[in-house]
Amino acid sequence: MSAITRDEVAHLARLARLALPEDELDQLAAQLDVIISAVAKVQEVAKGDIPPTSHALPLTNVYRPDEVKPGLTPDQALAEAPAVEDGRFRVPQILGEEG
Amino acid sequence: MTELLKLSAAELGAAIASGETSAVEATQAYLDRIAEVDGQIHAFLHVAADKALEQARAVDARRAAGEKLGPLAGVPVAHKDVFTTKDMPTTAASKILEGWQSPYDATVTERLRDAGLVILGKTNLDEFAMGSSTENSAYGPTRNPWDTDRVPGGSSGGSSAAVAAFEAPLATGTDTGGSIRQPAAVCGLVGAKPTYGTSSRYGLIAFASSLDTPGPIARNVLDAALLHEAFSGHDPRDSTSVNEPVPPVVEAARRADVSGMRIGVVKELSGEGYQPGVMQRFTEAVELFESLGAKIVEVSCPSFTAALAAYYLIAPSECSSNLARFDAMRYGLRVGDDGTRSADEVMALTRAQGFGPEVKRRIILGTYALSSGYYDAYYGSAQKVRTLIKRDFEAAFQQADVLVSPTTPTTAFRLGERIDDPMAMYLADLCTIPTNLAGNAALSVPCGLAPEDNMPVGLHIMAPTLADDRAYQAGAAVEAALRDKWGGDLLSQCAYAV
Repeated sequence: MSAITRDEVAHLARLARLALPEDELDQLAAQLDVIISAVAKVQEVAKGDIPPTSHALPLTNVYRPDEVKPGLTPDQALAEAPAVEDGRFRVPQILGEEG
Repeated sequence: MTELLKLSAAELGAAIASGETSAVEATQAYLDRIAEVDGQIHAFLHVAADKALEQARAVDARRAAGEKLGPLAGVPVAHKDVFTTKDMPTTAASKILEGWQSPYDATVTERLRDAGLVILGKTNLDEFAMGSSTENSAYGPTRNPWDTDRVPGGSSGGSSAAVAAFEAPLATGTDTGGSIRQPAAVCGLVGAKPTYGTSSRYGLIAFASSLDTPGPIARNVLDAALLHEAFSGHDPRDSTSVNEPVPPVVEAARRADVSGMRIGVVKELSGEGYQPGVMQRFTEAVELFESLGAKIVEVSCPSFTAALAAYYLIAPSECSSNLARFDAMRYGLRVGDDGTRSADEVMALTRAQGFGPEVKRRIILGTYALSSGYYDAYYGSAQKVRTLIKRDFEAAFQQADVLVSPTTPTTAFRLGERIDDPMAMYLADLCTIPTNLAGNAALSVPCGLAPEDNMPVGLHIMAPTLADDRAYQAGAAVEAALRDKWGGDLLSQCAYAV
């Protein structure tokens, strides 16, 4: 049995906002099957009551002093936008026509 | 001009500070070298000749005005194209950022400028630093100066190739799973992964935030230490930055002494899958340490055998989250915005077209590992393995001051050899990954050429968290002894040596 099916890969691609063509889905499904079978090894090693480590450093709640510093100007922030209108980012419609 | 290229970064900095040569002369020599050889190597994605000369003139003017210059002022550096630069493009070797101009400098960029280093341009990498060969660049691969049919390693392959081909005396890199040490090793160079959090991630385009670490690539240990010191240190703009003094790496590189040092050979980082010539040079290096007065001990780190598996769950998980920012809305590529498609559709089309195959593979793998129903089995288990690896390191550092292994299981492989086999590609980072997961420091130094292919072999020296200086000290000792044995640097045997 394969570790991951082509339909699962298609679903994950939708979740990750990747409009993948059919041939890419086929190829990815085969490669991910090999990779997932290999990385599943962690389950054997991680048996038992072991606390997880999410980060190398034991830092929590790091804040810098609350000082006002210059940020980007509106022109700088918009300089690399794909589309701009009236000093704002112009984006494709987010809600449907009926929304 | 060739004479200037031969100088180490430390020597060049001293020559500029004393007025023996100028920053402009040094910069011009390297720009000429880039013009001469980069057509064959393709280390650079962008060469900033005019800006480099402008920076060099500023350094010369400061000297003329009587200012005392730092050790690397006026020395050129090649900058990995994953750090933002406000005066030249930043692409992360991705089509999704083609032509993008950052409005701000990364902290590392800022500190290079503050130290008077002259940025020659931006170097090639695997797209978003994901890969071990630089073949995943959207702008074409970089070639290994030792053999142009082979890869220069990755992801910092443009940086390592630039330094090995004498197109730059120094380069920056980033190391998430080995992306500095592996390319340095396979190009016959020194590369360091500093302790996590001691070099700033601000303005470094994120791949896996709990692992990403900027570090230096150089021709020798002292040069690497000087660059390491130049851009490291606490940064309030990075919430994972460590507020501790930078370990004294320059002093350690000058000390170059291993007498009485306990050196641990990691049992699990050898054996099947390791090229015989790599093991031969590694074994000789261990014997050399012993002859220099070090005490050799064997240590066992059983969880290291699961490090690669844990890494290929943790890194893609973080990548799938980090790369969500490329949404085609505020900057970068936008595809299919024809007035009829929704933001959601435009986003999906842009990302499918803008990202290359390896990046897509990792985003999907990460999305899978984090999805409900699989989270505990995959991401959760990988985090537990991370704990075990940290514990293995802690136990091993009770028995030894530093740990050693080969840096890579094999020498540089041929272009195209592993590109269709992701798992084979991932194995290149087998020895380097445990250090990223635990966050401690490590260095790779050249230890010879593998007899079967005459390609460089790297010796990997791992040190505890915030004890980077130990790795530099041991690395400098082995470098000095090998230099005596070889009658010069290993790099002088490279096809592109000057």
